[in-house]
Amino acid sequence: MYRIVTKRALHETVTLMEVEAPYIAKKAKPGQFIILRVDDDGERVPLTVAGTDPVRGTVTIIYQKVGYTTKRLDCLNEGDGILDFVGPLGTASHLDGMKKVAVIGGGLGVAIAYPQAKALHDMGAEVDVIVGFRNTDLMILMDELKEASTNLYVMTDDGSNGHKGFVTTALEEQLNAGKEYDHVIAIGPLMMMRAVVNLTKPRNIPTVISMNPIMVDGTGMCGSCRVTVGGETKFACVDGPDFDGFEVDWDEAIARGRMYRTEEAESMERKACNLLDVELQTKRGGN
Amino acid sequence: MPNMSLTKLPAREQDPNIRNCNFEEVSQGYDEAMAIEEATRCLNCKHKPCVAGCPVNVRIPEFIQLVIQGKFMEANDVIRSTNALPAVCGRVCPQETQCEEKCVRGIKGEPVGIGRLERFVADYAMTHGMETPKPLPDNGKKIAIVGSGPAGLTCAGDLRKLGYEVTIFEALHTPGGVLVYGIPEFRLPKQLVRDEIRILEDMGVKIETNMVVGRSITLDELLNEEGYSAVFIGSGAGLPRFQGIPGENLNGVYSANEFLTRINLMKAYNFPKSDTPVQVGKNAAVVGGGNVAMDAARSAKRMGAENVYIVYRRGEAEMPARVEEVHHAKEEGIIFKMLTNPTEILGDENGHVKGMTCVEMELGEPDASGRRRPIVKAGSEHTIDVDTVVIAIGNSPNPLIKNTTPGLATEKWGGIIVDEATGKTSRDHVYAGGDTVTGAATVILAMGAGKTAAAAIHEELSK
Repeated sequence: MYRIVTKRALHETVTLMEVEAPYIAKKAKPGQFIILRVDDDGERVPLTVAGTDPVRGTVTIIYQKVGYTTKRLDCLNEGDGILDFVGPLGTASHLDGMKKVAVIGGGLGVAIAYPQAKALHDMGAEVDVIVGFRNTDLMILMDELKEASTNLYVMTDDGSNGHKGFVTTALEEQLNAGKEYDHVIAIGPLMMMRAVVNLTKPRNIPTVISMNPIMVDGTGMCGSCRVTVGGETKFACVDGPDFDGFEVDWDEAIARGRMYRTEEAESMERKACNLLDVELQTKRGGN
Repeated sequence: MPNMSLTKLPAREQDPNIRNCNFEEVSQGYDEAMAIEEATRCLNCKHKPCVAGCPVNVRIPEFIQLVIQGKFMEANDVIRSTNALPAVCGRVCPQETQCEEKCVRGIKGEPVGIGRLERFVADYAMTHGMETPKPLPDNGKKIAIVGSGPAGLTCAGDLRKLGYEVTIFEALHTPGGVLVYGIPEFRLPKQLVRDEIRILEDMGVKIETNMVVGRSITLDELLNEEGYSAVFIGSGAGLPRFQGIPGENLNGVYSANEFLTRINLMKAYNFPKSDTPVQVGKNAAVVGGGNVAMDAARSAKRMGAENVYIVYRRGEAEMPARVEEVHHAKEEGIIFKMLTNPTEILGDENGHVKGMTCVEMELGEPDASGRRRPIVKAGSEHTIDVDTVVIAIGNSPNPLIKNTTPGLATEKWGGIIVDEATGKTSRDHVYAGGDTVTGAATVILAMGAGKTAAAAIHEELSK
């Protein structure tokens, strides 16, 4: 069991947890992830390492309550244990040599982009952080991002913070204004990352993206997470999750991401009562 | 007077049309009377050729004589003195190419059912309160084992018996390696694997799950920082191969590893009670002819596929799968398409498999492996309608340990290079064995390698 040390809602649908996992805390680098399993009937789901505290031996994860497993996870409280928590997995991001970088995050991808921005900032790079949310209620990590960036551009789909548009709107504005980046790092939904590549590719700005395919083991033994990059099959869990954005087969990645939509909905629906039970139990247990 | 029946006493089995709808064990083995009856077929030869055919040299005639006398617990002690996982081996070993191949009774008629007897004895002992083997007093030396498959478990068991402090590091959340994620419940019940592993834990073997050596901790850290005197690598061959044909990344195409891991380890057959899903359509094709292909095909049938095809580029005689498994698969209605090779997987507008283009093959001259090489028959291209494809054409060793351990010599294809007699690698105090050395082979060969390495580690550390 891996003990939950801190649990904090960042907003209604996104939660931050610090989990006791000393080996991972000692080893994890930006770009790496963990796989967790909540309980014995649970599935294995990948979540990015959003931060570590090697002294306290804790690993920070940030998740959005999108399906059964993340909702089930959210029924756990501080002091409870997660059954399995393994990592750090994946290849760490190659950030060396980057000097002027735009780090772009969309939605929950912001939580994944943050450690990259922070690492680059700590290395002395000039880091423009561009993040996008549907509206101001969904914003996360604003203080942290401010601290880790040279310039921070925050966009909302509905303009509720005064900056209406997508992250690509802000990126295009910067590029059109003559801003030169030696690298762009984009992390978020596949559609968003593809849109970023569509802007950077004609301008030939090297763009690193972080893939988020379906995973099972996360150690390279099954190929569930395979993506086509530059015409070759790669396993995102070991070769990635970072890849050259110009080389990714986006249509294939989008189709593969949708493979289990029916089952995910079924799981959610058939287990709704069960989940309610768990929530009630944890609430009672907590009182 | 020995029982001179020319045939093995058949084991009890579930009816094919019932078992192909459930995941319960197909073979129900022998009862006491049956075991004694089959045991009396053993001639108790002086030269014991069967023992030489067993990679861990189980003292076969000796345990069989005890079975004849009804001394099942004593028979179990004899088996367990050289074999850490008899309930597993009795079920999954290819006895027809090992102990039973050498059996004198096999010259005229069928060999003695050694596997079935071993299984009976192991099962009997576990349900009749066998005592945990007692290790020697602690000798104060620590050994790290990477991987909890058959090689690692055997190496761990042997070293623990000698008094070493043994810790197994396992990447997945459950120990057992291929015994838990690969071989299905209907061939090897998982409770039994848990029971076998529990015996090792009761002996004092420690198992750390969720530890990926190469990521969570490196081999050098184990030796230099964590105080281990030696490391045994038994990390298997878990990297799936694909054919490299168009359409392999369509939805509905699985590696056998993914398909079987979802079903066996994650219990996808129990979805949605278990959270992990798997998709099996009406028509499923499994590409390959080994045991993994048989397991995948028989699992697909149990998951509800109406038509399940084995698509194999050579003939039935060349199939590496166990004869018994091929026989079981046929009984369960698996359709064998021999001398057939896929050239492309076809998808629909949603990116899901809808068919597979294949060519027919004919066999030419033997190749380097000694098997006749398949050659494409001109003009034989055809399409089969399938909505699920499982690729079971083999696995290579996972490169994670190799890539994070400087100075560890490996073959081009990824296998760790060892001295065959000891399992010693190019690195001091580092040993390896099982599929990570040989490429995908058998459970019992991995166990033999674990045993060899344990003896060599003991010798090195006793100097």
